[in-house]
Amino acid sequence: MEKRRISNNIRKLRFNNDEMTQQQLADKAGVTRQTIVAVEKGKYSPSLELAFRIALVFGSPLEEVFSYVLEEEIKEDG
Amino acid sequence: MCYQEKRSIVSAISTVLIFTFYSIYIYQTYLKGNLTYSHDYEFWGSVILILIPVMILANIVIYIIFSIINKITTNENIPSISDELDKIIELKSTRNSHYTFMFGMLLSMATLTFGLPPMAMFIALTCSMMFACIIGDVSQLYFIRRGV
Repeated sequence: MEKRRISNNIRKLRFNNDEMTQQQLADKAGVTRQTIVAVEKGKYSPSLELAFRIALVFGSPLEEVFSYVLEEEIKEDG
Repeated sequence: MCYQEKRSIVSAISTVLIFTFYSIYIYQTYLKGNLTYSHDYEFWGSVILILIPVMILANIVIYIIFSIINKITTNENIPSISDELDKIIELKSTRNSHYTFMFGMLLSMATLTFGLPPMAMFIALTCSMMFACIIGDVSQLYFIRRGV
């Protein structure tokens, strides 16, 4: 079975939303900044509820914020 | 370094200090060359029972002092919420801590099997408590840094 991981576009979406800070996103999503840092770096895969809350903050569909990609693709993107 | 990381490090150091000072106190007050306590179950029971409130109180005091110093030096606020990541990290580190204590418990039973005095069993039990606390804090630090 192919190895896949959850990837995200949070950094890009924050940039597109007037350079929203991690703290601002954390406050809006109801979590700590530390959690946003971990999600953004791919160190933590959020629960479905938190993923929806983050997507809701950006006003984007879930698949625009998170994607389930092959591990090789993440390595290629750097 | 974030607040949670610093708190884990402080907690691990304080655990070592509390156990060290408590052990020194018990040794110098009661045990110093005195073998009458080696089979005294009442004494060892009270040593372990007193250790628990001592640890709780000392940890509260150390935590308050750490929070004040952290606020003064970094102006960083204590996180007011505990979210899902915090809970997962806490659960995983508690699991590791419990495994360590279970291992220590088995080790303390082994001391009795090998015919060592009950004192050895109680010392092994107390040490496993200390290691369980340290493993819990170190695991917490590991999960915060490496992710879960």
